[in-house]
Amino acid sequence: MLESSLEDRRHEQRLVRTRAIAAAALVLLGVALILARLLHLQSDRHEHYSVLSKDNRVKILPVPPNRGLIFDASGVLLAENHPSFALQITIEKVANLGQTIDELAKLVPIDDKDRARFERLKRQRTRFQAVPIRLNLTPAEVARFAVDGHRFPGVDVHAELTRTYPKGGLTAHVLGYVGRINEKELASIDKGNYAGTNFIGKGGVELAHEDVLHGRVGFQQVEVNARGRILRTLENTPPEPGQDLYLYLDIALQQAATEALGEHRGSVVAIDPRTGGVLALVSAPSFDPNLFVEGIGQADYSALLHSPDKPLYNRAVRGQYPPGSTIKPFVGLGGLALGVTNTRKTTHCPGHFSLPGQGHRFRCWRRGGHGSVNLELAVVQSCDVYFYSLANQMGIDRLHGFLSEFGFGARTGIDVSGELPGLLPSREWKERVRKQPWYPGETLIVGIGQGYVLATPVQLAAATAAMANKGHYIQPRLAYARRVPGAAAGTAFPTVERRIQLANPSDWDVMIRDMALVVEKGTARRIQSSSYRIAGKTGTSQVFTVGQKESYVASQVPERLRDHALFVAFAPVEDPRIAVAVLVENGGHGGSTAAPIARQVIDAYLGGSSPIVQGGADDGD
Amino acid sequence: MGISPFSSRLDWDVRTAAPGLLKRMHVDVPLLMGLLALCGFGLMVLYSAGDQDIQVVERQLIRLGIAFGLMLAIAQIPPASLRRWSFGLYAFGVLMLVAVLIVGDIGKGAQRWLDFGVVRFQPSELLKLAVPMTVAWLLSMRPLPPRLLSILLAIMLTLIPVVLIAKQPDLGTSLLVVSAGVTVLFIAGLSWRMIVGLIVVAAALAPLVWFGMHDYQRARVMTFLDPETDPLGTGYHIIQSQIAIGSGGLSGKGWLNGTQSHLEFLPERHTDFIFAVIGEEFGFTGILALIGLYLFIIGRGLLIAARAQENYGRMLAGGLTLVFFVYLFVNTGMVIGLLPVVGVPLPLISYGGTSMVTLLAGFGMLMSIETHRSRK
Repeated sequence: MLESSLEDRRHEQRLVRTRAIAAAALVLLGVALILARLLHLQSDRHEHYSVLSKDNRVKILPVPPNRGLIFDASGVLLAENHPSFALQITIEKVANLGQTIDELAKLVPIDDKDRARFERLKRQRTRFQAVPIRLNLTPAEVARFAVDGHRFPGVDVHAELTRTYPKGGLTAHVLGYVGRINEKELASIDKGNYAGTNFIGKGGVELAHEDVLHGRVGFQQVEVNARGRILRTLENTPPEPGQDLYLYLDIALQQAATEALGEHRGSVVAIDPRTGGVLALVSAPSFDPNLFVEGIGQADYSALLHSPDKPLYNRAVRGQYPPGSTIKPFVGLGGLALGVTNTRKTTHCPGHFSLPGQGHRFRCWRRGGHGSVNLELAVVQSCDVYFYSLANQMGIDRLHGFLSEFGFGARTGIDVSGELPGLLPSREWKERVRKQPWYPGETLIVGIGQGYVLATPVQLAAATAAMANKGHYIQPRLAYARRVPGAAAGTAFPTVERRIQLANPSDWDVMIRDMALVVEKGTARRIQSSSYRIAGKTGTSQVFTVGQKESYVASQVPERLRDHALFVAFAPVEDPRIAVAVLVENGGHGGSTAAPIARQVIDAYLGGSSPIVQGGADDGD
Repeated sequence: MGISPFSSRLDWDVRTAAPGLLKRMHVDVPLLMGLLALCGFGLMVLYSAGDQDIQVVERQLIRLGIAFGLMLAIAQIPPASLRRWSFGLYAFGVLMLVAVLIVGDIGKGAQRWLDFGVVRFQPSELLKLAVPMTVAWLLSMRPLPPRLLSILLAIMLTLIPVVLIAKQPDLGTSLLVVSAGVTVLFIAGLSWRMIVGLIVVAAALAPLVWFGMHDYQRARVMTFLDPETDPLGTGYHIIQSQIAIGSGGLSGKGWLNGTQSHLEFLPERHTDFIFAVIGEEFGFTGILALIGLYLFIIGRGLLIAARAQENYGRMLAGGLTLVFFVYLFVNTGMVIGLLPVVGVPLPLISYGGTSMVTLLAGFGMLMSIETHRSRK
């Protein structure tokens, strides 16, 4: 037993020794495997990983440029970058987040909206990035936090530049506003240049001059860790700041025009005919653009969007209205220029007009008719029958051709984004879009600015300025110069202009005289001024079509279906310095509603002060 | 036996007196030297990986001190006593694992700890020692090689804690505990046929393991198979550690000069991924030296197993040594992209106390086995 036990023990010892040797062999095999892999990584692939390692170390961080400022003609700041203070929390430095926020709320007001935004942003950022808990701290709140801030490690006040519009709603439709870049915009911008930028122009001048205002992105070459924490800056390429914009806009006039419109929905566009510069561009009602910069709340946005007054709608460049009788000076000038009519030729106005062989009666606004009218009387009294007849003789093709020269039916190219072209119908247009031939009756109503023809207030103002300039059409513009901040001189934007050539230039004087007579004794006589002579033309555009046998009685039509009131004017007649287009939605007659507004605007600009006649006789169209 | 008590006594005196004090304190000098060299190197790397924060090194030094103290204390316990306590320790450990599952403190998203107020105790660490001890204890009751019944019992004793640990969930520790049971069986002389059979069974069970895995564990395996698919998630560890090692080249970037590690591109760089720091800063040459140290310690451990006088000591020494190698292999394998990422530290170098205490306690047992010798 002892022997066998001893034998067993020897056997066991040998067994374990063999196994220890086998184990050693396995260990060596494993180690060889690891060393082979290491040799592969560290010798064969060393170059490859060296490159990767260097790439890892250095990151390029974009440094966004400061956005250019916007000034009005006299240097009033219209859009600035306001340092705003936000209270922000760096999550990784805060032990108890909920408690910290509750404590902070005792110091500065933090409401549920703030908390909701914080929660939303927190999820998008890493733990060492700061997340704002409160935006737009007041100076008093900043001071209060400065005193107690030491109690809150990981919480700090962050100053950043926020776009602000000091004039608020006054400039909203001119400047537009900036907002956070959305996905659609991201697809169309130079991603490199916008790498560090959060905001982009969303409309108006801000969008039209986005390239000038934005500037060029700068870069910082930094050494960072894998989590993006910056360890040190290796190289710095500062950004090129956006250029400041100087506008033709006269903020005082903008204010006056806005006040002149009062509670009306409508638009006023004033242009300096000598430069094409837009002096005022009002669309009422307006909205506060500052609400949009940091992202407007759903409730506020919904209220603006669904308001029946459409405050977000830029009537000045996007509102397309039948120009009504305001088109008559241009049609009349066309008649003169094309030799279809002259100053002496008369047309009999019985209160209606019919095409030969057709029963349809095209009415004049004065039911009793104007009797025998020449061009001067037709303009002064705005006789529809004269212009039906004139348009009929010109024909749609010549009418379209001549009116096009004044920019009707095409975008003016004003540097306010979102402009619409209006509509100047033609035979070609009708066949292409309506798939119908052109009917002669349709030519007649184009002659009085109704039917298919649509114009924007800015088109009317630009056309009126061209009339005042006797054919010198200048593309309306808001910005006249841009300047690199700190630079001694700015760069003027080029003017886009063209000449409307008439065979007989004295035709200009005829039409300008007739327009002056409109204010002196015609449909706009109530706005006659003793300070300077105004030339103008009233207009009323139909929203609601009155049947052949009915008559339009304003009080019987719901307000929003009532006629739009229009007025175009320029002054002084001898040396025009301002051309104005006024549109009042559902305002009724141009002479009674729109003309006084234009007069107030002109007065504000030229400094006139004679009283406007109130009430008074029948205001024709 | 024919050998007088006297001669036995004489022999004892000669053996113990010659190597002096350390030998009398039951210290195996070559093993101690190897361990000290390894830990010293580890502290140097840790200083670099821990952003030159001397406090990190100090804390690790304190843990090392405690762990070396425990190692020396355990070295005083004769193997016979260890053997006697084996099953008791195992039973205690398993009970603790059950307790963790019921009332465990949630640390790092997984239930691994029992909080006793003052100390937090991780029972799975205890099992890393208790399983090889118990399997060795079980197999030492019968002559080697073990019979089928013993093998099945040993496998059962191994799998009970493994299942409990896997539930926590802790893939790395489960793996180490399994390997503890398996390596003891291997040293015990489990027949090659049986080994092949076990591998086949394990392969057959692999799908079951897959479906029993947590999502994050599966994700790790998937990421291991193709790290590029998830360069910002789980694959990030693997990609970054390979960049670190590969960019280190043959000679390394130099101590404290590893950009990958110092710029925080390398995650877990002072714990599970510290091997990548070594690869980056010391290059292939440094790694060769490090592996050399490991091989010296493993070789010494296997020698102790082969020289041990009792089957229990042989199996325990062999098992513990091979588990130490499994640590090394799994950790380096995952860092260099040979194995999936499982939470196994680089033995005696990674920052953290628990595995270090367990490992050095195991080396204490090896010293005990080596130094408590008697002439039979």
